[in-house]
Amino acid sequence: MTSSDGGETRRDIFGATGSGDTSGFGGLVVRAPRLLSSPKPYGGWFDEATGALESAYPNFDGVIERVVVHRGELTLHVKREAIADVCKTLRDDPALRFEMCSGVSGVDYLDDPTGRRLHAVYHLLSMTFRRRLRLEVSVTAEDPHIPSVTAVYPTANWHERETWDFFGIVFDGHPALTRIEMPDDWPGHPQRKDYPLGGVPVEYKGATVPPPDERRSYA
Amino acid sequence: MSTDSETYTSTYESSDPYGGNSPEGEGRVFTVGGGDWDDVVDAVDPDTSERIVVNMGPQHPSTHGVLRLVLELEGETVTQIRPVIGYLHTGIEKNMEYRNWVQAVTFITRCDYLSPLFNETTYCLGVERLLGIEDQIPERVNVLRVLVLELQRISSHLVWLATGGMEIGAITMMLLGFREREKILLILEMITGLRMNHAYIRPGGVAQDMPPGAVDAIREFIPDMYKRIDEYEDLLSANPIWLARLSGVGYLDTSSCMQLGVTGPLLRASGFAWDLRKEMPVMGYETYDFNVVTESAGDCYARYLVRINEMRESLKIVEQALDRLRPGPTMVEDKKIAWPAQLALGSDGLGNSLDHIRTIMGTSMEALIHHFKLVTEGFRVPAGQAYVPIESPRGELGAHVVSDGGTRPHRVHLRDPSFVNLQAVPAVSEGGMISDVVAAVASIDPVMGGVDR
Repeated sequence: MTSSDGGETRRDIFGATGSGDTSGFGGLVVRAPRLLSSPKPYGGWFDEATGALESAYPNFDGVIERVVVHRGELTLHVKREAIADVCKTLRDDPALRFEMCSGVSGVDYLDDPTGRRLHAVYHLLSMTFRRRLRLEVSVTAEDPHIPSVTAVYPTANWHERETWDFFGIVFDGHPALTRIEMPDDWPGHPQRKDYPLGGVPVEYKGATVPPPDERRSYA
Repeated sequence: MSTDSETYTSTYESSDPYGGNSPEGEGRVFTVGGGDWDDVVDAVDPDTSERIVVNMGPQHPSTHGVLRLVLELEGETVTQIRPVIGYLHTGIEKNMEYRNWVQAVTFITRCDYLSPLFNETTYCLGVERLLGIEDQIPERVNVLRVLVLELQRISSHLVWLATGGMEIGAITMMLLGFREREKILLILEMITGLRMNHAYIRPGGVAQDMPPGAVDAIREFIPDMYKRIDEYEDLLSANPIWLARLSGVGYLDTSSCMQLGVTGPLLRASGFAWDLRKEMPVMGYETYDFNVVTESAGDCYARYLVRINEMRESLKIVEQALDRLRPGPTMVEDKKIAWPAQLALGSDGLGNSLDHIRTIMGTSMEALIHHFKLVTEGFRVPAGQAYVPIESPRGELGAHVVSDGGTRPHRVHLRDPSFVNLQAVPAVSEGGMISDVVAAVASIDPVMGGVDR
């Protein structure tokens, strides 16, 4: 497993590196290069929006770790302590106007080289300009604290509870950070990559099919 | 037996685990051991005597599935309401991480079970964006997708009208709504092979082309449906009971919608014409002629009007989509992505075309290997993340699709509108009557399969 923007060498079913297969199938995949940060200009409205954020948020360079433009979508990687402030600026600045938060979701990059494996991903929507923007905050599993954005976007309330429930990210300042999908006394955070899927073998027509996470893996 | 206050005891300071009076507990609990009931009642503090905490659900016929509402009542007035969800959590998102990109479609379709095709579409659009094949999707695929989506939007609104009607006593509406929905399900079964959870939309296209007879069946259905919608309006729109139960109930204005992230018919019923089909169109929605229905009252009745008229607009789109159906491929050209199976109807139902299997097994070893690799291993999706939301019957539905470059999703998160809109339950219900809670929750149209996933 690699980070979201990274391509690393993979092994084929038979253990060969690279494409390794005889059909030529795997070799035809174009792997995205590791996008540590996209170079300026970003193209489209991305330059305008990031410029507006830079002028509205003076400490832009201090809190935006990197800007990634990939597949026509703009992602800002934000330092965790600034996430609520950045959201507030994005919401209130007349040149930005990201009025709506579509949601917060977690992603677990278990092998993240920086060690900050837990990512909280915020999708913001500007209804004024018809734009979408993604904010990403990453923390370590040992110190999974991110300030809550519920004061800026009340809709993030349940999303943050869900992200806490599934990934164990603690949103500081959340009014009631409790489990939302799993039972209150559930141990662990099930969507983490080191949490097993579980399951039982299933017999079908005399043969036994192992549970999904014990089946042969191709990737 | 004396009648003084010593015969019953307040457990105010007792160690009773159930009757303790902690600040967050159930309040004062009285254990009555005899005496005159009036004396007991007189001793109760009149300020709190009317306060009751009631659990509505999770198995309650009027909560749209397994939704639990914790109500705090003052007489019949709701002072506080807290929705509790999670009773239908099935780990769909986690399961998708253990299947390849095509198999995952069969999981995500089971989230919001009233609009499964929408779940599939937003997921597939995300995968297609990551694959970089958005521009290669054939025209016929887009038309077919729009066609089935709009049919399903009507069926979803019909279920809302049917169950919502039943919950406030309009049993006739229940029967009528499900009758027409059945016709749509028959059409969708004809096209996709299944009534629900179709797994019809696949990364790169659709599972199969329209079968013969489907276009005629839809053309036959459209004028009939227009007539039925008029019937519903005749039945309900001026019905005094319907009006009394819905108008002025469950009010939610535009700014509250924005803060709570509420989209879809609720937002449009508050006067804001926000519809992703118009504002941020995908699949060629910008080329169809239809109106975004809005109302300004922001109450349950306005939401009813919005949904009724949206069904008419959807029929308009279906008509246009039928006119645009031109012969053509239903999958992308790229054979490294396109599902190889040629399906055919056999004696035991829909399955692999025997002709196709005969061809690849008998004439081309490479084609057989290719088929095998694609089906067992699946294609790889370049690393990255995508979010392509669409306008589902309940609002903005989007799948956040993350790939690490492998043959299986690294993470898929469904931003389900029911989940977000359900946060508005306290805003639309508190301060109203308990009977209005039923109407207000029904007007939000939450589908618990999508809420809990």
